[in-house]
Formats: sequence, structure tokens, C-alpha cells
Amino acid sequence: MRQLPRILTAVRRTALQSVPTIVGIVILNFFLLRLAPGDAADVLAGEAGAATEETLAALKAKFGFDLPVLQQLGTYLWNLAHFSLGISPRYNQPVAELIAERLPNTLSLMGAALGFALLTGIALGAVMASFAGRVPDKVLSVLSLLFYSIPSFWIGLMLIVLFAVKLGWLPSGGAETIGAGFSGGEMLLDRARYLVLPAFSLALFYVAIYARLTRGEMLEVKAQDHVRTARAKGLSPFAVATRHVLRNALIPVTTMAGIHLAGLLGGAVVVETVYSWPGLGRLAYEAVLGRDFHVLLGILLLSSLLVVAINAAIDILQAALDPRIEVR
Amino acid sequence: MPLPPAPASSAKSLTFRGEIHRRTVLAGAAALFLGGGGAFAPAWAKDEAEGAGSAPVKGGVLRFLVEHEPSTLVTIAHTAGPTQRISPKVTEGLLTYDLNFNPQPALATRWDVSADGLTYTFKLREGVKWHDGQPFTAADVAYSLDLLKKIHPRGRGTFASVTAVETPDDHTVIIRLSKPATYLLTALDANESPIVAKHIYEGTDPLTNKNGSAPIGTGPFLFREWVRGSHIILERNPDYWDAGKPYLDRVVVRFIADQSARSAAFEAGELDLAGGPPVPYADLARVSALPGLGAETRGYDYAGRMTQLYFNFERPQLQDRRVRLAIAQAIDLQKLLDVVYFGYGKVAASVISPNLKAFVDPSLEPYGYDLKAANALLDEAGYPRKADGTRFALRLYANPFNTQAAGDFVKQSLAKVGIPVDFQFFDFATYIQKTYTSRDFDITLESLQNLFDPTLGVQRTLWSRNFRIGLPFSNASHYSNPEVDRLLEAAAIERDPQARRQLWFDFQKLVHDDVAAVGLLAPDGVTIFNRKVKNHTIGVTGVDASFADVYIEA
Repeated sequence: MRQLPRILTAVRRTALQSVPTIVGIVILNFFLLRLAPGDAADVLAGEAGAATEETLAALKAKFGFDLPVLQQLGTYLWNLAHFSLGISPRYNQPVAELIAERLPNTLSLMGAALGFALLTGIALGAVMASFAGRVPDKVLSVLSLLFYSIPSFWIGLMLIVLFAVKLGWLPSGGAETIGAGFSGGEMLLDRARYLVLPAFSLALFYVAIYARLTRGEMLEVKAQDHVRTARAKGLSPFAVATRHVLRNALIPVTTMAGIHLAGLLGGAVVVETVYSWPGLGRLAYEAVLGRDFHVLLGILLLSSLLVVAINAAIDILQAALDPRIEVR
Repeated sequence: MPLPPAPASSAKSLTFRGEIHRRTVLAGAAALFLGGGGAFAPAWAKDEAEGAGSAPVKGGVLRFLVEHEPSTLVTIAHTAGPTQRISPKVTEGLLTYDLNFNPQPALATRWDVSADGLTYTFKLREGVKWHDGQPFTAADVAYSLDLLKKIHPRGRGTFASVTAVETPDDHTVIIRLSKPATYLLTALDANESPIVAKHIYEGTDPLTNKNGSAPIGTGPFLFREWVRGSHIILERNPDYWDAGKPYLDRVVVRFIADQSARSAAFEAGELDLAGGPPVPYADLARVSALPGLGAETRGYDYAGRMTQLYFNFERPQLQDRRVRLAIAQAIDLQKLLDVVYFGYGKVAASVISPNLKAFVDPSLEPYGYDLKAANALLDEAGYPRKADGTRFALRLYANPFNTQAAGDFVKQSLAKVGIPVDFQFFDFATYIQKTYTSRDFDITLESLQNLFDPTLGVQRTLWSRNFRIGLPFSNASHYSNPEVDRLLEAAAIERDPQARRQLWFDFQKLVHDDVAAVGLLAPDGVTIFNRKVKNHTIGVTGVDASFADVYIEA
């Protein structure tokens, strides 16, 4: 733990540096979203199937869409400075509340998917590297290529057809048994049943990436001198593979996983849609369709915060994996 | 004729008078809405029509699918489809309508229209309580009508001529109009004109009132919870005014955005009922043939679905009637119906939906699919084919409520007569902006509901005074015809049903002859239901009804 003070300094510096970055991202997002034609008032009025000019004008005035763009940006930043993400015109609810409602679902799906992907991917990669060029390697290579190329909505639907429709083992969608009123262990088990299929569908793609990455890195590390030394000093092949080869091979895997983690926050739209999973990805997607920019800006802000935080965490993790890497 | 604020002794004669008038009104309506849904429903829907055979069963949970999550649960200020599905279960209206548009009592038990059509008197049901225990009175109705006129997207039009709402006693409401509005009596359903509690809305901004996300109404179901992105739970109201109803213990509303996932959920037996169609037309036959499931096409007439073609009259080519007629004749409507809509719907001959039987002119015929005539018309109009075989290009947009395939079909049809079409398919918000604000379309494939009355549903797109840039579903064509305007304005205030019908016939004839717009077809709504679920379709609003009568057979 001699690194602790240095880690703290690094965290503080990252936090400070991230402020201008985040403000820049917010402003950029704000203007990018303006490029989409129409605003939330247009959509609300349009969805109503009929509208009058008064309705539309009232809606626009209420949400401030009739103000100059810069003034709208000013208001948004002012609210943000007071830790308010604003109100969603569509849901008539504070954006922070909307996001907070969905965040636990997204985090559990993300965690389950990425955890599964990392464990399986690294294990498969290690197996492939150990049997490089032989039958197990070739079979797994084909399999990972398949996982990599199958679109997640298709695999999602196929899993639903098999496990929910044909076998009836698992529910076809949703996040819990609605209105069942479970608590404690029963509730966890119930939620887990709903989590299995979406997490698996989401994970497959990443399993393939991590397996390929681990395999390639392990083969490269294997050829290095320190591995020959380890073998020469009489360590068992398993100990060499895990402690000396795999550990070094994990550096790029963790880097990739960090990038994916941030991406998954809003990027699981497809899987969330197929499984009616009440997560942030779908909230973001619906916000785009409804031109609910406050919600979208909130989610983007959260994503960018997460990217910054995860990058910092990955730096620290890598320093722990490889002492030659230093936390600055 | 206004009812006098009743002394108890005159109650009997009052009832008598009210009944007479109501019967006249009903007879008129019945004569108008000839036929009705039943006769036109496909044979396989018929055996499911009546749950009459068996006695209703109490209890059970209905798993009801609403495709997309609504943004609010009360239709007082917002009329999007998902909101209309859920709102009437909790928040009721003054009337409901059977499958032939005949008004039925709901919160109003009797109603009376004065001879000059300017005074509507409603007797309200007594002993009704809001879900929070407060009594329901005439003040709530007056307040709601006022809100509807002020903030409801369509209410501003429907109730425009309302000058005063009087409440002589707690159970009488008198609406006074400046000019007759016959459509008023069909506009009082829960999903169109909900009655909300005055004590909840008073003194607040109705658009942000929390009642929108946790409604308190008088309806058969109490709102219990709304988990955003997942579901809504409604519980049986034990104190409902219609004693013994509702039969269901609970309605669980689920939202499933993905069409294939909806099919899968039906197949896995996780859903009991859904309107829409909830699954793609291509999947309908398969899903509705699953064991235990059925399909129903009735219960969508209140919305009056239509798919239409509108022209931009600011384009020189399209100002020529021959060009518009050629475009209409180049589209094979039957094939469009069969290929794109899998036969679910009816070919339309007029801009008024064939399902709106009180108003559609049955003598009109579609323009007919005739490529030869279309080519000849275009030649005659001065647009001969150029060396590359084309005449002039047009830009086509399509409301995303139509499928993209419908736009592709029109594109391919017009290519055959030498009109290359640049078809652009956008998401809803972009479509609204590009069609109604920047108006950079030449032709657009719209999906505009006729609603229950053409004054509300049809007038908006062809009335020259409704050419308002930036207003969704206005007269974006910029069609302007003084005679059409005159007929529309006359029909809006005509009291006599026959005379009004004739005005609408004249209007349709004129629009048809002028090819002002082309009503292509009226797509069917389709309800998918578990065969154990009974009474899901008992009125023109179908699954948008209150569900007080729905029960699940053991």
C-alpha cells in the first residue's frame, strides 16, 4: 500500500482535470442535440393526434423552447451548477429521478454481463492459448468468431424462443415478477431469473473479444524471457500460465473492459429493448425519439462522468497488475 | 331544453321528458350509424363477440399489454394512444358508446339536447366517490369541461362553442353553446373527454399536476403503482358505483417496445390482451392462431384509422388535377392492402373512412388502378416522358405510423408512370417537423385518424383556414377551395343529422372530383386476446374502455 498517497493525488488530479472536460462535453452535446429536427413540444403535440396553435405555443413556452438557444444553454448550465439535471417535459419528472430509477437495473445488467464476459472470455482465451493451433483452439476460435458476428437482437430473440417459449424455463422479458411482492432471497432469485437471458445475450459479444484478446496476449507473453526464467526455476506449467503469463496478458483486457463498461451504460439499447429491460439504454433511446433532450443530456453527462471515473480506476488497477506501470 | 332545477315533486315528469329526448337522440343516432361493426367483423371474430353465454367470473389478474409507455396516465391534456389505453380504467367520462356509437350512461345517467341544439343538460350519477373518498359532483364536471376547453389538444376545438357550463345542483350540468355542435354528444367518452377531480387540479398547473402519474378517478380500477420502463398495476375499486363490478382483481399493464418480443410474450403465455395490432401484420395470422388466443378487429371505430395521400399544392405539377388523378390511378389499392397490410383493412373511396358509416358516401368509388389512363393524363398535362423514361421527380414522406413498406409501395407504383420518387422515411419528430413546419414534401403518406366525427378528424387537413405552418396535422397541403370551406363550416354547425350527412356527402364528392387528397385505405386495428378473457370489446373504443365488464373465464 506504499502507493496509496500517490493514488489519492492522482484521483484528485483526475477529478480536477475532468471538470473542464465535462463542461465541454455538456456544451457540445447541447448543440449536437439541437441539430435533430423538432423538439419535445412538437412530438407531444404530434402524438396527441391533433393540436391547435395555442396548445403548441403553450407547450413551447412552458418548456422554454421559444427562448434563444444560448439562453436555453445558460439556463441548463445554471441548473447544472446547482446540481439539477432539469425536468423532463415528457415525463413531467426531474431527470435525476428518472435516471436514478433506471440506474440500478442498468448497473446489474452491466455488471452481470461484463462479469460473465470477463470470466468466460479470459478462461476461454487461456484454454485457447494453451492449446494454440490444436483442435480445442480451433473449435473455440470458430465459436468466438460466431459470438462476435451474431447480432445481439437476434441471439436475444433466439434465446427467448428457446428458453421462454419452447422450454418455458425463463421469462421472456421484464425485470421481475410484476406484483409478486417477493422479498429477501426470494426476490433475489426472482430477479436473477429475469437477468439470465439479457445478461447472456449482452455478454456473448464481449466473451468473443476477451477470448481473442487474452489468447493473443498470452501467446505473445509466453515468448518473453521472464516466462522462460519462471519455467527454468521449476514452476509448474499451471503456475507459469496463471501467475506469469495471464497476469501480464490482462493489461490490454482490462483496458478494453474499461472502455466497454462505459459504453454499456447507454449502449445496451438493443438488448434492453428485446427483453423490455427497464434500463438507461432504453430511456436514452426513447428520449431521442421523444426529443426529450434534458433526459438525454443527463444520461450523456452520467456516461461521461463514468468514463472519466473508470479510466482512473483502470489506471490504478493496471498499476496493481504490473508494478512497472506507475500511477501518476 | 334546459331542465329546471328540480323540486322533488317534479322528478317524475322530468325523467319522462328526459327519456323522450334521449330516445329521439338515440333513434337518430341509430338511424345514422347503420350497420355497425358487427356485420363487418370477420367471421372468426364473431364467436368471440359476446361473452354472454356464461355468467361473469369474479377475480383474476388481467395481463394487459400497452406497446409503448405513456408519458402521462390521464387524457385531460394529452391524447397519445398509450395514454388513451390506460386513462379510462381509472378516470371516467360522462358517456360511453356501444359498437354502433349509441351513447350509454357512465357518469351521466340522462342527457337531453334542446331543440335549438344550443343547450345540453346532463343528470349525473349520484353516490359516486373519487378514489380518495371525496364525493363526485357537478362542480367536478364543470371544472373538467373547462380544462378540456383550455388544455386538451382536441378539446379546444370540440368545446370551442361552449359559452357557459352551469351547475344548478350537485347532480345537474347544463352546457350552453353559441352555435350547434352535434359532435359534442359523441365526444364525451372517457378517453376523449375525461372527468377529473376539481379538488385535485384546482390551483395547480394541470400539465404538471401529479395526478398525471398517479391518477385519482371514479373508475373501476384504482391506480397502485407505475414502475417507469416496466409496468403499471391497477387494483379493483371495491367502492365502484356499478355494484359488483369490476370483475377483475387487478390489471397489470406491461410495456414491450419490441414487436418480436411481444409475439414471444404472447407465445410464452405471459400476456392476456393487447390492442393495436400489437405484433407486425406479418405475424398476426400466426400469433392469433396460437392455441388459446384469438383476434378481434372491432373496437377501433372511435379512432377512425385512415392512411391518406396528401399533395403539396404549392408545387406547380401538383396544382394540375390531371397529375393528381394520375398519381391516384397509379396506385393499386387492393394490392397495397394485400401486400403491405396483409389484408387487414378496407380500401377507401373517400377521404372519410369507410368505417365511419354515418358520414362516408357509399356511392363513391376509388379512382381505380389504371396505368394507361394515368400515363395518358400525365402526357396530356404536359409532362411527357423524357429520354430516360421519367417525367418529373417527386419527394415523398411518410408518417412512421404507416410502415416503411407502404411508402416503398407508393414509390414503386409511381415509378411505373414515369415519376421517380425520392422516398424519405424519418422518425416521428423529424417527420412532423419536415412535413408541417418546413413543408418540403411533394406528396406525403399520412396516417390521420378520422376520429368519431369528420368535423374533428377530416376538416383539419382540407379547410383553408387551417393552413398553419408549424402546426402538426393541419392543412400542410395548402389546399384552398371556397366551396369545400363552405361545406366544412356548414357541416360543423348543422343540427339536423340528415342535412349534415348530405353536407358531408357533397364535401366528399367535391374532394373526390378535385382529387384534393386521396384516402387510400382504412387499416384495421386488431386486438389479440386470450380466449378466456371476455367482454374486452363491447364498445367503439374497444380495449380503450374501462374494463369494468371484463372477466376471465375459469
